[in-house]
Amino acid sequence: MSSQAATPARSGSVLTGLLIAAGVLSLVLLLGVAVYFLFSSIPEAFWNSPAGWVAVTTGQILAFVVVLLLSLAFLLYADRKIWAGVQLRKGPNVVGPFGLLQSFADFLKFALKEVVIPAGSDKAVFLLAPFITFLLAFIAWAVIPVAPGWVVSDLNVGILYLFAVSSLGVYGIIMGGWASNSKYAFLGSLRSAAQMVSYEVSIGFVIITVILLAGTMNLSGIVENQRGWFWDWHVFGGGLAGLPLTLVMLPMAVIFFVSFLAETNRPPFDLPEAESELVAGYAVEYGSTPYLLFQIGEYANIVLMCCLYTILFFGGWHPGFPTGAENWPPVLASMFGFGVFAIKTVFVFFLVSIAKAIVPRYRYDQLMRLGWKVFLPTSLVAVIAMAAYRVFGPEIA
Amino acid sequence: MNAFLLEYLPIVIFSGIAIVLGAAFLLAPMVLAPSNPDPEKTSAYECGFNPFEDARLKFDVRFYLVSILFIIFDLEVAFLFPWAVSLMDLPEAAQRFAFWSMMVFLGVLTVGFIYEWKKGALEWE
Repeated sequence: MSSQAATPARSGSVLTGLLIAAGVLSLVLLLGVAVYFLFSSIPEAFWNSPAGWVAVTTGQILAFVVVLLLSLAFLLYADRKIWAGVQLRKGPNVVGPFGLLQSFADFLKFALKEVVIPAGSDKAVFLLAPFITFLLAFIAWAVIPVAPGWVVSDLNVGILYLFAVSSLGVYGIIMGGWASNSKYAFLGSLRSAAQMVSYEVSIGFVIITVILLAGTMNLSGIVENQRGWFWDWHVFGGGLAGLPLTLVMLPMAVIFFVSFLAETNRPPFDLPEAESELVAGYAVEYGSTPYLLFQIGEYANIVLMCCLYTILFFGGWHPGFPTGAENWPPVLASMFGFGVFAIKTVFVFFLVSIAKAIVPRYRYDQLMRLGWKVFLPTSLVAVIAMAAYRVFGPEIA
Repeated sequence: MNAFLLEYLPIVIFSGIAIVLGAAFLLAPMVLAPSNPDPEKTSAYECGFNPFEDARLKFDVRFYLVSILFIIFDLEVAFLFPWAVSLMDLPEAAQRFAFWSMMVFLGVLTVGFIYEWKKGALEWE
């Protein structure tokens, strides 16, 4: 293998990486101290005024967005690395230590490319489409609780909001395909729209079964309903008295996983951009940052669905055994919860990556049959079974 | 402003930040990157020859059918949401009534679903 030849370069890049990490860390510390002194000079009364509230909220949202973008960059890198690993390739390994900075290099490259707008296209819609995809993928994150109390907006109809925003996601793609005025883009966007709406229905039914267990549409409430041991997780029926419901919820978890792969156009369901048939589907005429916006939107949606999967079925920030974290200082408990949540989400993302690497692509008629003739009836029956158990069965704590 | 609407204010701020970020991404290459379009570069991709007609061609009616079916079933799911949230808060007798009335509703939709299945609306090959 060439690993021996690469050793000197590797150790050099590790050193560079450490230096970069140390530099970033000291910069963050300096910034933190500066911000602290800046903010401590502002009087207390300001923070209690509406303007202060808006400033604090904006700061929190900015921090959330920065963390989200950084984790997307590294998850994109992880996705490529896992894919490469399955195929016994090395994957990106040039930019930064182990290629960790590849996504940032890609970003710079996108930003320096010429924007080519096709002559026959509808120019305003052509640029609006990736923008809408990006916007919708981001604002969906506003209701995701990543740790106890760490949520931008703790809506009491959180799931309904997510459902609405992800339904709108079709618009970005169909607008992009229509405005490009290219046959490949047009056919790709049609396929994509039909596929996304088909799987949206079974996702809806699966969510209903979870709501029947939790009795609320608030995402924090759904996570709190799964506190305690791992058999309190919804995938195992939400408590010992609901253990027979595993027979319903485990298949529902599988259906949700497959449906969200299809909903986010993820392989093996990436038919809209099947490169061997439709070149790049709806994105064929796109380049530069408009394409980047599509790409970020797609990855933001995938990671969002991984988070939602963790929240709905696998206990969110609860590690699966009683920790007594409620009695810890709130900051510590939130940090711990965020760690657990992040590990679970990254694991789900790992499964998504592996699915991309090892499963061959579906045919379009198989895809539609799976959605309408298998998932839809199954999840409908599951809703009925779940409701019957809740009404006529034993009480679930 | 009341507390209920105040919950949605962070979402508005969030959309504002996302709009600024997206616009910055879109504008960056227009400032940074070169721009010299020519007719070959801006023509639509068509496997090596020039596109000879408008790309917005007739398409299969089944796509249209799928969107209609989607509306029906998505509405059904939308009806199920409030029912599922409030079902367990009801007293015993009302719970059973709620359960059976929803079963009748789902039954009616299932009849429609079986009909369209038999008619072949779900066939793709």
